[in-house]
Amino acid sequence: MTIKPTPRLAIDGDAVLKEAVSRISHASKPGTPARREFLRRSLTLGGLAMLTGCSLTDEASVDTALSRISRINDDVQGWLFDPNRLAPTYPDSMITRPFPFNAYYGQDQIREVEESSFRLEVTGMVADKRKWSLPELRAMPQIDQVTRHICVEGWSAIGKWGGVSFGHFLRRVGADLSAKYVGFKCADDYFTSIDMATALHSQTLLALTYDGQPLPPKYGFPMKLRMPTKLGYKNPKHIQAIYVTNMYPSGYWEDQGYNWFGGS
Amino acid sequence: MHWLNALAVVILMMSGWRIYNATGFLGFTIPKGITLGGWLGGALQWHFAAMWVLGINGLLYLAFNLASGRLLRKFFPVSPKALLADLLAALQGNLAHADPRHYNMVQRLAYLFVMLDSVLLVVSGLVLWKSVQFPLLRELMFGYEGARLVHFIAMAALAAFVVVHLAMVVLVPRTLVYMTRGR
Repeated sequence: MTIKPTPRLAIDGDAVLKEAVSRISHASKPGTPARREFLRRSLTLGGLAMLTGCSLTDEASVDTALSRISRINDDVQGWLFDPNRLAPTYPDSMITRPFPFNAYYGQDQIREVEESSFRLEVTGMVADKRKWSLPELRAMPQIDQVTRHICVEGWSAIGKWGGVSFGHFLRRVGADLSAKYVGFKCADDYFTSIDMATALHSQTLLALTYDGQPLPPKYGFPMKLRMPTKLGYKNPKHIQAIYVTNMYPSGYWEDQGYNWFGGS
Repeated sequence: MHWLNALAVVILMMSGWRIYNATGFLGFTIPKGITLGGWLGGALQWHFAAMWVLGINGLLYLAFNLASGRLLRKFFPVSPKALLADLLAALQGNLAHADPRHYNMVQRLAYLFVMLDSVLLVVSGLVLWKSVQFPLLRELMFGYEGARLVHFIAMAALAAFVVVHLAMVVLVPRTLVYMTRGR
Protein backbone atom coordinates (compact mmCIF):
# COMPACT_ATOMS: atom_id res chain seq x y z
CA MET A 1 0.00 0.00 0.00
CA THR A 2 1.64 3.25 -1.06
CA ILE A 3 -1.00 5.87 -0.58
CA LYS A 4 0.39 9.37 -0.26
CA PRO A 5 -1.63 12.20 1.18
CA THR A 6 -2.71 14.59 -1.54
CA PRO A 7 -4.06 18.12 -1.15
CA ARG A 8 -7.55 18.05 0.29
CA LEU A 9 -10.65 20.04 -0.38
CA ALA A 10 -10.30 23.15 1.73
CA ILE A 11 -13.18 24.13 3.96
CA ASP A 12 -13.33 26.96 6.44
CA GLY A 13 -13.07 24.73 9.50
CA ASP A 14 -13.26 27.57 12.01
CA ALA A 15 -16.43 28.91 10.46
CA VAL A 16 -18.01 25.47 10.39
CA LEU A 17 -17.01 24.88 13.99
CA LYS A 18 -18.23 28.29 15.14
CA GLU A 19 -21.47 27.66 13.33
CA ALA A 20 -21.93 24.30 15.02
CA VAL A 21 -21.21 25.80 18.44
CA SER A 22 -23.62 28.67 17.93
CA ARG A 23 -26.32 26.27 16.77
CA ILE A 24 -25.91 24.14 19.85
CA SER A 25 -26.08 27.16 22.16
CA HIS A 26 -29.13 28.47 20.31
CA ALA A 27 -30.90 25.14 20.36
CA SER A 28 -31.64 25.51 24.05
CA LYS A 29 -33.39 28.84 23.57
CA PRO A 30 -36.90 28.30 22.24
CA GLY A 31 -38.70 31.14 20.54
CA THR A 32 -35.72 32.75 18.83
CA PRO A 33 -36.94 35.70 16.78
CA ALA A 34 -37.77 34.65 13.24
CA ARG A 35 -35.26 37.02 11.67
CA ARG A 36 -32.37 35.65 13.65
CA GLU A 37 -33.61 32.17 12.88
CA PHE A 38 -33.56 33.01 9.20
CA LEU A 39 -30.05 34.43 9.36
CA ARG A 40 -28.84 31.47 11.29
CA ARG A 41 -30.25 29.02 8.83
CA SER A 42 -29.00 30.83 5.80
CA LEU A 43 -25.57 30.84 7.44
CA THR A 44 -25.68 27.09 7.53
CA LEU A 45 -26.85 27.11 3.97
CA GLY A 46 -23.68 29.07 3.25
CA GLY A 47 -21.73 26.37 5.06
CA LEU A 48 -23.27 23.81 2.78
CA ALA A 49 -22.45 25.86 -0.29
CA MET A 50 -18.81 26.02 0.81
CA LEU A 51 -18.55 22.29 0.56
CA THR A 52 -19.15 22.41 -3.15
CA GLY A 53 -17.07 25.53 -3.69
CA CYS A 54 -13.62 24.34 -2.53
CA SER A 55 -10.59 26.37 -1.44
CA LEU A 56 -11.73 29.13 0.85
CA THR A 57 -9.32 29.57 3.74
CA ASP A 58 -6.20 27.88 5.00
CA GLU A 59 -6.11 24.12 4.96
CA ALA A 60 -4.02 23.97 8.11
CA SER A 61 -6.85 25.04 10.41
CA VAL A 62 -9.13 22.37 8.97
CA ASP A 63 -6.42 19.76 9.49
CA THR A 64 -5.92 20.93 13.05
CA ALA A 65 -9.65 20.73 13.81
CA LEU A 66 -9.94 17.25 12.27
CA SER A 67 -6.85 16.00 14.12
CA ARG A 68 -8.28 17.32 17.36
CA ILE A 69 -11.51 15.41 16.76
CA SER A 70 -9.44 12.32 15.95
CA ARG A 71 -7.76 12.66 19.38
CA ILE A 72 -11.20 12.87 20.99
CA ASN A 73 -12.15 9.74 19.07
CA ASP A 74 -9.09 8.04 20.60
CA ASP A 75 -10.45 8.82 24.06
CA VAL A 76 -13.96 7.66 23.15
CA GLN A 77 -12.57 4.37 21.83
CA GLY A 78 -10.46 3.90 24.94
CA TRP A 79 -13.61 4.39 26.98
CA LEU A 80 -15.64 2.02 24.76
CA PHE A 81 -12.94 -0.66 24.89
CA ASP A 82 -14.02 -3.51 27.14
CA PRO A 83 -10.93 -5.51 28.26
CA ASN A 84 -13.08 -8.60 28.75
CA ARG A 85 -14.90 -8.50 25.43
CA LEU A 86 -13.49 -11.00 22.97
CA ALA A 87 -13.32 -10.68 19.21
CA PRO A 88 -15.15 -13.52 17.43
CA THR A 89 -13.07 -16.58 16.58
CA TYR A 90 -13.63 -18.88 13.62
CA PRO A 91 -13.06 -22.51 12.62
CA ASP A 92 -9.95 -23.30 10.56
CA SER A 93 -12.18 -23.97 7.56
CA MET A 94 -13.02 -20.26 7.38
CA ILE A 95 -9.42 -19.08 7.03
CA THR A 96 -8.99 -16.84 3.98
CA ARG A 97 -6.62 -18.49 1.51
CA PRO A 98 -4.35 -17.05 0.40
CA PHE A 99 -4.26 -14.53 3.22
CA PRO A 100 -3.61 -11.12 1.64
CA PHE A 101 -0.21 -9.45 1.95
CA ASN A 102 -0.38 -5.85 3.05
CA ALA A 103 2.24 -3.24 3.98
CA TYR A 104 3.20 0.33 3.15
CA TYR A 105 5.47 -1.12 0.44
CA GLY A 106 5.09 -3.77 -2.25
CA GLN A 107 5.76 -7.51 -2.06
CA ASP A 108 9.13 -7.03 -3.78
CA GLN A 109 10.39 -5.05 -0.78
CA ILE A 110 9.60 -7.56 1.95
CA ARG A 111 12.39 -7.53 4.57
CA GLU A 112 14.24 -10.74 5.40
CA VAL A 113 15.33 -10.95 9.04
CA GLU A 114 18.15 -13.35 9.99
CA GLU A 115 16.93 -15.77 12.65
CA SER A 116 20.26 -16.68 14.29
CA SER A 117 21.35 -13.12 15.00
CA PHE A 118 17.90 -11.79 15.83
CA ARG A 119 17.37 -10.40 19.34
CA LEU A 120 14.19 -8.69 20.48
CA GLU A 121 14.91 -5.52 22.44
CA VAL A 122 12.68 -4.60 25.38
CA THR A 123 13.18 -1.11 26.82
CA GLY A 124 11.43 1.70 28.67
CA MET A 125 9.40 1.14 31.80
CA VAL A 126 10.32 -2.52 32.28
CA ALA A 127 12.29 -4.23 35.07
CA ASP A 128 14.07 -6.73 32.85
CA LYS A 129 15.69 -5.10 29.81
CA ARG A 130 17.54 -8.14 28.52
CA LYS A 131 17.24 -9.13 24.86
CA TRP A 132 15.24 -12.12 23.68
CA SER A 133 16.19 -14.71 21.09
CA LEU A 134 13.55 -16.53 19.07
CA PRO A 135 14.09 -19.94 20.78
CA GLU A 136 13.55 -18.24 24.15
CA LEU A 137 10.24 -16.81 22.97
CA ARG A 138 9.21 -20.15 21.49
CA ALA A 139 9.91 -21.78 24.85
CA MET A 140 7.21 -19.66 26.50
CA PRO A 141 3.59 -20.95 26.64
CA GLN A 142 2.08 -20.72 23.13
CA ILE A 143 -1.54 -20.11 22.16
CA ASP A 144 -3.18 -19.76 18.79
CA GLN A 145 -6.38 -18.27 17.50
CA VAL A 146 -8.33 -17.80 14.26
CA THR A 147 -9.58 -14.23 14.05
CA ARG A 148 -10.69 -11.61 11.56
CA HIS A 149 -8.12 -9.06 10.42
CA ILE A 150 -9.89 -5.82 9.47
CA CYS A 151 -8.01 -3.34 7.29
CA VAL A 152 -8.55 0.41 7.51
CA GLU A 153 -9.34 0.23 3.78
CA GLY A 154 -12.48 -1.75 4.61
CA TRP A 155 -11.62 -5.30 3.56
CA SER A 156 -11.26 -8.11 6.05
CA ALA A 157 -9.71 -11.59 6.04
CA ILE A 158 -9.62 -14.45 8.51
CA GLY A 159 -6.24 -15.83 9.57
CA LYS A 160 -4.65 -18.06 12.17
CA TRP A 161 -1.89 -16.70 14.36
CA GLY A 162 -0.02 -18.40 17.19
CA GLY A 163 2.48 -17.18 19.76
CA VAL A 164 2.91 -15.78 23.23
CA SER A 165 0.16 -13.92 25.06
CA PHE A 166 1.44 -10.35 25.01
CA GLY A 167 0.06 -9.66 28.50
CA HIS A 168 1.99 -12.68 29.75
CA PHE A 169 5.14 -11.42 28.08
CA LEU A 170 4.76 -7.90 29.53
CA ARG A 171 4.34 -9.33 33.03
CA ARG A 172 7.33 -11.60 32.48
CA VAL A 173 9.60 -8.67 31.66
CA GLY A 174 8.22 -6.75 34.62
CA ALA A 175 6.62 -4.00 32.57
CA ASP A 176 5.00 -1.16 34.47
CA LEU A 177 1.39 -2.06 33.66
CA SER A 178 0.20 1.36 34.72
CA ALA A 179 2.14 2.95 31.85
CA LYS A 180 -0.01 4.38 29.07
CA TYR A 181 1.63 3.08 25.91
CA VAL A 182 3.55 0.24 24.36
CA GLY A 183 5.56 1.18 21.29
CA PHE A 184 7.03 -0.97 18.51
CA LYS A 185 9.97 -0.47 16.17
CA CYS A 186 10.21 -2.80 13.21
CA ALA A 187 12.85 -4.11 10.83
CA ASP A 188 10.92 -2.64 7.88
CA ASP A 189 11.20 0.86 9.44
CA TYR A 190 7.54 0.72 10.39
CA PHE A 191 6.59 1.92 13.86
CA THR A 192 3.38 2.13 15.81
CA SER A 193 2.07 2.09 19.36
CA ILE A 194 -0.91 0.90 21.35
CA ASP A 195 -2.70 1.57 24.63
CA MET A 196 -1.83 -0.58 27.68
CA ALA A 197 -5.43 -1.89 27.99
CA THR A 198 -5.27 -3.43 24.52
CA ALA A 199 -1.72 -4.70 25.17
CA LEU A 200 -3.10 -6.67 28.12
CA HIS A 201 -6.19 -7.98 26.26
CA SER A 202 -6.30 -11.78 26.36
CA GLN A 203 -6.39 -12.04 22.55
CA THR A 204 -3.36 -9.81 22.00
CA LEU A 205 -0.55 -12.08 20.79
CA LEU A 206 3.13 -11.70 20.16
CA ALA A 207 2.63 -13.89 17.09
CA LEU A 208 5.47 -16.20 16.02
CA THR A 209 3.49 -18.44 13.67
CA TYR A 210 0.95 -18.16 10.90
CA ASP A 211 -1.32 -21.15 10.24
CA GLY A 212 0.90 -23.44 12.33
CA GLN A 213 4.15 -22.50 10.53
CA PRO A 214 6.86 -20.02 11.57
CA LEU A 215 5.70 -16.60 10.42
CA PRO A 216 6.83 -16.26 6.79
CA PRO A 217 8.62 -12.99 5.87
CA LYS A 218 5.54 -11.64 4.08
CA TYR A 219 3.49 -11.93 7.28
CA GLY A 220 6.20 -10.35 9.42
CA PHE A 221 9.00 -12.76 10.39
CA PRO A 222 10.25 -13.04 13.08
CA MET A 223 7.19 -11.73 14.91
CA LYS A 224 4.19 -9.50 14.65
CA LEU A 225 1.79 -8.15 17.20
CA ARG A 226 -1.63 -9.60 16.47
CA MET A 227 -4.67 -7.84 17.92
CA PRO A 228 -8.14 -8.78 16.67
CA THR A 229 -9.40 -5.71 18.55
CA LYS A 230 -7.48 -3.31 16.32
CA LEU A 231 -7.24 -2.46 12.61
CA GLY A 232 -4.46 -3.93 10.48
CA TYR A 233 -2.10 -0.93 10.56
CA LYS A 234 -1.98 -1.22 14.36
CA ASN A 235 -0.59 -4.79 14.03
CA PRO A 236 3.15 -4.25 13.39
CA LYS A 237 5.25 -6.88 11.59
CA HIS A 238 9.01 -7.65 11.79
CA ILE A 239 9.11 -6.32 15.38
CA GLN A 240 12.66 -5.59 16.61
CA ALA A 241 12.07 -3.47 19.67
CA ILE A 242 9.29 -3.07 22.19
CA TYR A 243 9.20 -0.19 24.66
CA VAL A 244 6.85 0.77 27.46
CA THR A 245 6.33 4.49 27.93
CA ASN A 246 4.09 7.33 29.06
CA MET A 247 5.19 9.57 26.19
CA TYR A 248 2.83 9.40 23.21
CA PRO A 249 4.86 7.37 20.69
CA SER A 250 2.62 7.82 17.60
CA GLY A 251 3.15 5.71 14.48
CA TYR A 252 3.95 5.60 10.76
CA TRP A 253 0.38 5.92 9.46
CA GLU A 254 -0.85 7.73 12.55
CA ASP A 255 1.55 10.61 11.79
CA GLN A 256 -0.12 10.95 8.40
CA GLY A 257 -3.65 11.06 9.73
CA TYR A 258 -4.89 7.57 10.53
CA ASN A 259 -6.60 7.46 13.88
CA TRP A 260 -4.19 6.47 16.66
CA PHE A 261 -6.44 4.14 18.65
CA GLY A 262 -7.60 2.31 15.49
CA GLY A 263 -9.75 -0.09 17.46
CA SER A 264 -12.53 -2.32 16.26
CA MET B 1 -31.61 20.90 12.92
CA HIS B 2 -32.42 20.17 9.29
CA TRP B 3 -29.52 22.18 7.87
CA LEU B 4 -26.99 20.85 10.34
CA ASN B 5 -28.17 17.40 9.37
CA ALA B 6 -27.88 18.23 5.67
CA LEU B 7 -24.30 19.43 6.24
CA ALA B 8 -23.41 16.24 8.11
CA VAL B 9 -24.99 14.05 5.43
CA VAL B 10 -23.09 15.81 2.63
CA ILE B 11 -19.77 15.43 4.48
CA LEU B 12 -20.46 11.82 5.44
CA MET B 13 -21.55 10.84 1.95
CA MET B 14 -18.66 12.50 0.11
CA SER B 15 -16.02 11.21 2.54
CA GLY B 16 -17.73 7.82 2.60
CA TRP B 17 -17.36 7.58 -1.17
CA ARG B 18 -13.62 8.17 -0.81
CA ILE B 19 -13.44 5.48 1.87
CA TYR B 20 -15.38 3.11 -0.40
CA ASN B 21 -12.86 3.81 -3.19
CA ALA B 22 -10.05 2.34 -1.04
CA THR B 23 -11.33 -1.10 -2.01
CA GLY B 24 -14.14 -0.49 -4.52
CA PHE B 25 -15.50 -3.81 -3.32
CA LEU B 26 -18.65 -3.60 -5.43
CA GLY B 27 -16.61 -3.46 -8.61
CA PHE B 28 -16.70 0.24 -9.40
CA THR B 29 -15.10 3.43 -8.09
CA ILE B 30 -16.69 6.78 -7.44
CA PRO B 31 -15.23 9.76 -9.35
CA LYS B 32 -12.62 11.38 -7.15
CA GLY B 33 -13.95 14.86 -7.90
CA ILE B 34 -17.10 14.31 -5.88
CA THR B 35 -15.33 12.78 -2.89
CA LEU B 36 -14.02 14.52 0.21
CA GLY B 37 -10.78 14.06 2.13
CA GLY B 38 -8.20 13.75 -0.66
CA TRP B 39 -6.90 10.39 0.54
CA LEU B 40 -8.22 7.58 2.73
CA GLY B 41 -6.83 9.02 5.98
CA GLY B 42 -8.32 12.44 5.30
CA ALA B 43 -11.68 10.98 4.31
CA LEU B 44 -11.76 8.91 7.50
CA GLN B 45 -11.08 12.02 9.59
CA TRP B 46 -14.00 13.83 7.96
CA HIS B 47 -16.23 10.78 8.31
CA PHE B 48 -15.44 10.22 11.98
CA ALA B 49 -15.92 13.92 12.74
CA ALA B 50 -19.25 14.34 10.92
CA MET B 51 -20.62 11.12 12.40
CA TRP B 52 -20.91 12.91 15.76
CA VAL B 53 -22.91 15.72 14.20
CA LEU B 54 -25.31 13.30 12.48
CA GLY B 55 -25.57 11.02 15.50
CA ILE B 56 -26.12 13.71 18.16
CA ASN B 57 -28.40 15.78 15.91
CA GLY B 58 -30.39 12.68 15.03
CA LEU B 59 -30.77 11.61 18.65
CA LEU B 60 -31.93 15.11 19.63
CA TYR B 61 -34.37 15.13 16.70
CA LEU B 62 -35.86 11.76 17.65
CA ALA B 63 -36.02 12.64 21.35
CA PHE B 64 -37.70 15.96 20.63
CA ASN B 65 -40.17 14.45 18.17
CA LEU B 66 -41.08 11.56 20.43
CA ALA B 67 -41.38 13.64 23.59
CA SER B 68 -43.48 16.39 22.01
CA GLY B 69 -45.73 13.94 20.17
CA ARG B 70 -44.74 15.62 16.90
CA LEU B 71 -43.70 12.29 15.42
CA LEU B 72 -47.17 10.80 15.92
CA ARG B 73 -48.94 14.01 14.96
CA LYS B 74 -47.09 14.80 11.75
CA PHE B 75 -46.13 11.39 10.37
CA PHE B 76 -49.04 9.19 11.40
CA PRO B 77 -51.35 7.65 10.45
CA VAL B 78 -50.02 6.34 7.15
CA SER B 79 -52.90 4.71 5.35
CA PRO B 80 -52.14 2.62 2.26
CA LYS B 81 -55.31 3.81 0.53
CA ALA B 82 -54.60 7.49 1.08
CA LEU B 83 -50.98 6.85 0.11
CA LEU B 84 -52.05 5.39 -3.22
CA ALA B 85 -54.36 8.34 -3.86
CA ASP B 86 -51.63 10.87 -3.01
CA LEU B 87 -49.08 8.99 -5.07
CA LEU B 88 -51.38 9.02 -8.11
CA ALA B 89 -52.08 12.70 -7.60
CA ALA B 90 -48.36 13.39 -7.30
CA LEU B 91 -47.60 11.55 -10.52
CA GLN B 92 -50.26 13.56 -12.29
CA GLY B 93 -48.66 16.67 -10.92
CA ASN B 94 -51.60 17.91 -8.89
CA LEU B 95 -50.82 16.90 -5.35
CA ALA B 96 -51.83 19.88 -3.26
CA HIS B 97 -49.33 21.60 -0.98
CA ALA B 98 -51.86 24.13 0.30
CA ASP B 99 -50.46 23.89 3.81
CA PRO B 100 -46.80 22.88 3.79
CA ARG B 101 -46.96 22.21 7.52
CA HIS B 102 -49.24 19.31 6.84
CA TYR B 103 -47.44 16.34 5.31
CA ASN B 104 -49.27 14.31 2.69
CA MET B 105 -49.03 10.52 2.68
CA VAL B 106 -46.12 10.37 0.25
CA GLN B 107 -44.17 12.83 2.38
CA ARG B 108 -44.98 10.94 5.58
CA LEU B 109 -43.76 7.69 4.11
CA ALA B 110 -40.66 9.27 2.60
CA TYR B 111 -39.69 11.03 5.85
CA LEU B 112 -40.36 7.94 7.96
CA PHE B 113 -38.29 5.95 5.51
CA VAL B 114 -35.39 8.35 5.75
CA MET B 115 -35.53 8.24 9.56
CA LEU B 116 -35.36 4.44 9.58
CA ASP B 117 -32.67 4.45 6.89
CA SER B 118 -30.60 6.86 8.99
CA VAL B 119 -30.92 4.56 12.00
CA LEU B 120 -29.73 1.71 9.80
CA LEU B 121 -26.78 3.81 8.61
CA VAL B 122 -25.79 4.64 12.19
CA VAL B 123 -26.14 1.04 13.39
CA SER B 124 -24.20 -0.47 10.48
CA GLY B 125 -21.65 2.34 10.82
CA LEU B 126 -21.17 1.49 14.50
CA VAL B 127 -20.50 -2.12 13.52
CA LEU B 128 -17.91 -1.06 10.92
CA TRP B 129 -16.24 1.26 13.42
CA LYS B 130 -16.37 -1.03 16.47
CA SER B 131 -17.32 -4.52 15.39
CA VAL B 132 -15.78 -6.15 18.48
CA GLN B 133 -17.34 -3.77 20.99
CA PHE B 134 -20.94 -4.09 19.69
CA PRO B 135 -21.48 -7.86 19.30
CA LEU B 136 -25.28 -7.67 19.27
CA LEU B 137 -25.38 -5.04 16.54
CA ARG B 138 -22.72 -7.01 14.63
CA GLU B 139 -24.92 -10.12 14.58
CA LEU B 140 -27.91 -8.00 13.53
CA MET B 141 -25.90 -6.70 10.56
CA PHE B 142 -24.79 -10.22 9.49
CA GLY B 143 -21.25 -9.73 10.75
CA TYR B 144 -18.60 -7.20 9.76
CA GLU B 145 -18.77 -7.96 6.03
CA GLY B 146 -22.58 -7.84 6.16
CA ALA B 147 -22.39 -4.41 7.78
CA ARG B 148 -20.26 -3.13 4.88
CA LEU B 149 -22.98 -4.07 2.44
CA VAL B 150 -25.81 -2.76 4.63
CA HIS B 151 -23.95 0.54 5.14
CA PHE B 152 -23.46 0.97 1.39
CA ILE B 153 -27.03 0.07 0.44
CA ALA B 154 -28.46 2.33 3.14
CA MET B 155 -26.22 5.12 1.82
CA ALA B 156 -27.51 4.54 -1.71
CA ALA B 157 -31.09 4.67 -0.42
CA LEU B 158 -30.37 7.94 1.38
CA ALA B 159 -28.77 9.34 -1.77
CA ALA B 160 -31.90 8.38 -3.75
CA PHE B 161 -34.05 10.11 -1.15
CA VAL B 162 -31.92 13.27 -1.35
CA VAL B 163 -32.28 13.35 -5.15
CA VAL B 164 -36.08 13.06 -4.98
CA HIS B 165 -36.20 15.44 -2.02
CA LEU B 166 -34.26 18.12 -3.93
CA ALA B 167 -36.33 17.54 -7.08
CA MET B 168 -39.45 18.20 -5.00
CA VAL B 169 -37.99 21.44 -3.67
CA VAL B 170 -37.34 22.53 -7.25
CA LEU B 171 -40.95 21.67 -8.17
CA VAL B 172 -42.43 23.41 -5.12
CA PRO B 173 -39.86 26.13 -4.40
CA ARG B 174 -41.86 27.89 -1.70
CA THR B 175 -41.20 24.94 0.63
CA LEU B 176 -37.60 26.14 0.74
CA VAL B 177 -38.81 29.45 2.18
CA TYR B 178 -40.72 27.61 4.88
CA MET B 179 -37.69 25.48 5.58
CA THR B 180 -35.22 28.34 5.86
CA ARG B 181 -37.68 30.40 7.91
CA GLY B 182 -38.43 27.44 10.11
CA ARG B 183 -42.22 27.78 9.98
